[in-house]
Amino acid sequence: MKRGPSWFNLVSLTVGFAFLYLPIVLLVVWSFNASRLVTVWGGFSVKWYVALLKDHQLLDAAWTTLRIGMMSATAATVLGSLAAIALVRGGRFRGRTLFSGMVHAPLVMPEVIMGLSLLLLFVALRFDRGFWTVALAHTTFTLSYVAVVVHSRLITFDRSLEEAAQDLGCTPAQAFLKVTLPNIFPAVLAGWMLAFTLSLDDLVIASFTSGPGATTLPMRIYSQVRLGVTPEINAVCTLLIAVVATGVIVWSVAQKWRAAGVARLAATA
Amino acid sequence: MSRPPAAKPARGEPGQRRNIGAVRSSFAPWNDPNATPLVRFEGVTKRFGDHAAVNDVSLDIYPGEFFALLGPSGCGKTTLMRMLAGFETLDAGRITLAGQDLAGAPPHKRPVNMMFQSYALFPHLTVEQNIAFGLKQEGMPKKDIAARVAEMLALVKLEPFAKRRPDQLSGGQKQRVALARAVARKPRMLLLDEPLGALDKKLREETQFELMDLQVELGVTFLIVTHDQEEAMVMADRIAVMRDGRIVQIGRPEEVYEAPNSRYVAEFLGDVNLFETTVEAIEHPMAHLNLAEAEAGFYVLDDDCPQPGATVWLAVRPEKMRISLDPPAPGARNVLAGEIWDIGYTGDWTNYIVELPGGKLVRVARANARRFVARPIDWDDKVWVSFDPDAGVVLTS
Repeated sequence: MKRGPSWFNLVSLTVGFAFLYLPIVLLVVWSFNASRLVTVWGGFSVKWYVALLKDHQLLDAAWTTLRIGMMSATAATVLGSLAAIALVRGGRFRGRTLFSGMVHAPLVMPEVIMGLSLLLLFVALRFDRGFWTVALAHTTFTLSYVAVVVHSRLITFDRSLEEAAQDLGCTPAQAFLKVTLPNIFPAVLAGWMLAFTLSLDDLVIASFTSGPGATTLPMRIYSQVRLGVTPEINAVCTLLIAVVATGVIVWSVAQKWRAAGVARLAATA
Repeated sequence: MSRPPAAKPARGEPGQRRNIGAVRSSFAPWNDPNATPLVRFEGVTKRFGDHAAVNDVSLDIYPGEFFALLGPSGCGKTTLMRMLAGFETLDAGRITLAGQDLAGAPPHKRPVNMMFQSYALFPHLTVEQNIAFGLKQEGMPKKDIAARVAEMLALVKLEPFAKRRPDQLSGGQKQRVALARAVARKPRMLLLDEPLGALDKKLREETQFELMDLQVELGVTFLIVTHDQEEAMVMADRIAVMRDGRIVQIGRPEEVYEAPNSRYVAEFLGDVNLFETTVEAIEHPMAHLNLAEAEAGFYVLDDDCPQPGATVWLAVRPEKMRISLDPPAPGARNVLAGEIWDIGYTGDWTNYIVELPGGKLVRVARANARRFVARPIDWDDKVWVSFDPDAGVVLTS
């Protein structure tokens, strides 16, 4: 018997990973290029990262994006979780099907339509477009994702835990805060991170709903790329990848530690 | 029902164990017209859509009682209990606890605590914190909480596990934590929803006796919901047998077992042989019943027996029947001739299934009191089954 993966498995694995990650690797590599020309290797350098620190427009855009992401993710987490609770715990209230449909609709709604309709709304209401309109728009569409994540956790959550809490003297609200919330918290946090990430990389809706002085990072990158890809952009993107990758790694390591801790305690039983 | 010797000494030093038997056999407040019940269900009804899960149930439970609601799944027993805990609303009737109407009182304001079938332990809290949960909610001072939690941990013998989380406990340990958490608040009444359902057989038996000891020790009224007749019979002072949302019989375990009031109760509690017969004659205190398979007919006590000509069912438990390879004296009553159809050997008992000439099967149980018998009864043997006049119960429904 031959051991290890067959040549077919190896090839498909290589091609698959290359397809997914080669563009990203290239981007990272080129960000350390000393040459201004994007396609000519001029030696290793971090000068584009240094230049980045002086590019106030880009830094402003990054800061705006971060603030919008935090704010909209937090708002979306609160609202999305509440929507999920209403769907799971609200019983068969009037209009439940309609509500459920409307909560989930933004998941499949084309972004262009979302953006355009929000733009029309803001114009009709005479809102000054800027930071707040983008934050509001992002809350609107990321809320659905949070609702889905929290919903799927809540339906597997043993209802009798809440009843036990009530039986032991909690009002329904206290039961939720003291028992349900701590137990579904990982899902709520995951929802927040998902909303934050979605807000971070949204270009279409932000373009429709933003105004002067509220340019997000994806918008800035996109507008600069139209004038030509610069190594500076590569550097920004590399930093973004680093932030996201760190987040994911920290998350999974923390999960592993927790699992290992439980296993260790159980082993001493 | 006799108690097997306890597997291990009960709480406290050996010899200090309370004599439950003495407490139990003299305990019968339901026969005392002056006794006030702790809980009264009066005409309680609950509908889910068109289906009445609980249908016009009236029931009194007395302080200090160990009461069991027994029935198959879907008979409404859990709904009845959940209504007392406040998790279901009533469509009709009322429930009073110590004279107070519970209508409108939310679960957290009722002086009862429930032990859930799934145990419902809070997974994010330790054993200690789980037990302290209800006490904290009450606003008990920290010092007192610590003392009470320690007391509860000692009660259920879980001191070494105080810092564990529920997912690090065995099924039996979880069950104890759930119990400790439910009694920590000193409720007027403890509700137990299938408390032993998730335990294996050996542990279940042990826990039954522990629960009984605990109930006497705490002096709390217990209401238990179960579908396991053995569990109900071992533990409860009284049993209410339920069917389709109604209570069909209430009584001490030996009453519902030995004097069932219907075929349903007779069949639900243990095994029973039912013979559909007609009343031939009443010669007080005996009644003559006709049956084709029994040559000389049945001759049984005439308690509650209707007038001659009526169709009745005679219920005889398998362990109250005798089986013999030798024919009885001619003209003997309460005798059925047949052939062995099947033999089920369980070690302590042997169950013989006897086929009567008409094709009807009769079940006879015999305790294997001896290790060896000269001539064991075998398949296809011709046998005679008999029983005493007081072994059968005449049922009209």
